[in-house]
Amino acid sequence: MNSLSQITSCLILGSTDPHPNVTPSVLFGLGWLYLILFAMNVVWTWRSFHKARHFRLPEFMGGMDIPNAALWSIYSIALLLVSVTHLTCASVPEALRWFVMPDFAKAAVDSVVADARIYFAVTTGAFIAMLALRDWLAKPNVGWGILNLSLLFLCVSLTDWDFRQIVGKPDNVPIVAMLFIVGYFTWLYFYRANQNDRRAAEGKVPAEAENNEKVLTWPDLVYTEMICMIAITALLILWGIALQAPLEEPASAVKTPNPSKAPWYFLGLQEMLVYYDPWLAGVVFPSVIIGGMMAIPYIDFNKLGNGYYTFNERKFAITTFMFGFLPLWVGMIILGTFLRGPNWNIFGIYEFWDVHKLEALNNVNLSEYFWLYGLGQPLPIAPADSSFVVKSGYILLREAPGFIAIGAYLGAMPMVLAMSVFKTFFLRMGFLRYMVFSNLVLMMAALPIKMVLRWAVNLKYFIAIPEWFFNV
Amino acid sequence: MSVGDYIRDSQIWKSIFRHPAPYDRRNRVVVMLTNFFLHLHPVSIKQHGIALSYTWCMGGITFFLFLVETITGVLLMFYYRPTLEWAFNDILALRDVTTLGIMREIHRWGAHAMVITVWLHMYRVFLTGSYKPPREFNWVVGVILLKLTLLLSFTGYLLPWDQLAIWAITVGSNMARATPVLGHEGPGFQFLNLGGYDLITNASDARFLLLGSRFVGEETLNRFYILHCVAIPLASAGLIAIHFWRVRKDGGISQPL
Ligand code: HEM
Repeated sequence: MNSLSQITSCLILGSTDPHPNVTPSVLFGLGWLYLILFAMNVVWTWRSFHKARHFRLPEFMGGMDIPNAALWSIYSIALLLVSVTHLTCASVPEALRWFVMPDFAKAAVDSVVADARIYFAVTTGAFIAMLALRDWLAKPNVGWGILNLSLLFLCVSLTDWDFRQIVGKPDNVPIVAMLFIVGYFTWLYFYRANQNDRRAAEGKVPAEAENNEKVLTWPDLVYTEMICMIAITALLILWGIALQAPLEEPASAVKTPNPSKAPWYFLGLQEMLVYYDPWLAGVVFPSVIIGGMMAIPYIDFNKLGNGYYTFNERKFAITTFMFGFLPLWVGMIILGTFLRGPNWNIFGIYEFWDVHKLEALNNVNLSEYFWLYGLGQPLPIAPADSSFVVKSGYILLREAPGFIAIGAYLGAMPMVLAMSVFKTFFLRMGFLRYMVFSNLVLMMAALPIKMVLRWAVNLKYFIAIPEWFFNV
Repeated sequence: MSVGDYIRDSQIWKSIFRHPAPYDRRNRVVVMLTNFFLHLHPVSIKQHGIALSYTWCMGGITFFLFLVETITGVLLMFYYRPTLEWAFNDILALRDVTTLGIMREIHRWGAHAMVITVWLHMYRVFLTGSYKPPREFNWVVGVILLKLTLLLSFTGYLLPWDQLAIWAITVGSNMARATPVLGHEGPGFQFLNLGGYDLITNASDARFLLLGSRFVGEETLNRFYILHCVAIPLASAGLIAIHFWRVRKDGGISQPL
């Protein structure tokens, strides 16, 4: 529905629409958010002014030198105007139609996020782009620009009712905050790593090694800690006043909510359930993640990069770990929290959670691909009155393609890799350590691989033995 | 003589703090050595090790949040009774009538924050390569602490005994049903049988062990309450002590070799 007509109907008829996108109080609140954004940018303009950096316009635009601070100040003033408009015109929403997320933009965003394939492709693509463009991204002005863009996106999106429902849930607020915090620290890492990598290229020691004068713990450390503790306490109290901890209806064993979600920090695991059975997604993989993390110090033989930030000296380790943490762990939590709705279907961030949304599921097992489509014959089935051993033999025969595929993946693949891309790793690690390492990497890759196979050829299971609860 | 001086000169003060106020170099050293809480720290420390942009202070914040959770948690325990009859109503009362019911908010938001900060701490430790020798073992201790932090949060999630709580725990603990060999819907559970009788059933498998029942019920509430308020906090506190001890013994905050 057109947002403007919604606004007007809401104004004329009172709140007839049960899900109004914009109401005066929403617009008023946004006015305050824009005001905070304005204040942040005033500080940034001030900083730019003191750094006194310039950038040069391209020749066809005159080729002039313009101070960065000039741009930021124009932007800040614009924010101030936006904020004042919101605060003063909140009751005349027509005046604010330019600051409402337009329907075509909502549709565009939703078409990206509401499809697990595109979501995964975009997050992985963004991850690769981040590594490739790290020199540019780690510039303070670029980082600040990205922060502003994402905050503006958040503000404009808040004019949507469905978006507010999902983002504004008290338990989800920390997850939104976490996105920004993780983003900030990733940025900080690249900032410091680039600095050290540049120093290394000039033959200098890392910045951390130069900053090694000893200072007394009292006062230099204990005061920082004190301030930190006060800040955290204040934050928790304010947060507690602003947001009430959720309390739903009393527990009832017969009323199953739809969707039923695990606590948010386990939603990455719950997301894996879409692709792997509980014994893998809920038991084996978490154990492998924990065990694999503990094994990291004993696997990583690279002596460089101990005690300082660097990317160039630890490219493989950093890329692998970050891929696991950002797109796979945090990315899956976002997917599980904000996009998974009733019946575990995926919904866009501006989409209504419709319980009746249907998604066709007809997935095919590898054994069916092999016997039915490949060889054109029925699946091997044991004669009805055969013994346990015979039945088992038939089952194993039926699933032989899957066993061979998995065996090749975890057994032969490490050998192939050892002779190709992981050659140096193999030589430096020794057999046992290399096998542990390569199996961990392959298991981590097993999730994206299964996802892609599911989307590309509707693969259900590599090995499907429901008789024994053994599905892979 | 100012009041401050008078207090600092009194016998009581001197019996607590065994030296003058840390205004000069000597006493700033002595305070670190004689104070029980401060002796966690070394007397002096390399400048880069206390730079916020190096450690992000995330380990410290995690520890502080652990303390906040302990204090608010003990306060909550004065009000909350882990029984089907009272659990939900006590939380309701905390929300609506109890003075300082905000302790529940602080406890819940602090728990969310702690999960986030412990991840960020691990992220920082990885990105600075601080798990490399000689700190390998402390990384391992850290991974266990991470796991315990998540379990603390998970067991606490059940206690309000509302729809959110029991269904999140149901979804989470259903996984245990599928544990290989030890879950009654896990691959290989048939291996454990005696003369044709399955030893692993829905009343004896890993999930039953976790829940104390075949579904999330009163026994589960009791089990999770004890795990949440006694067992896991004690384990975490012990491991945190080892973690800190090892930070010192491994040479303090990591630095370029
Ligand atoms: C309850 C959880 C935890 C607490 C309270 C905690 C606390 C701390 C503190 C206060 C430090 C001092 C330096 C700093 O603040 O960064 C530290 C260092 C360290 N932590 Fe943790 N930590 C926890 C979990 C973890 C986890 C999950 C890991 C890794 C998986 C880890 C690995 C380490 C290592 C290797 C060091 C030494 C780092 C260095 O020397 O630079 N810790 N921890």
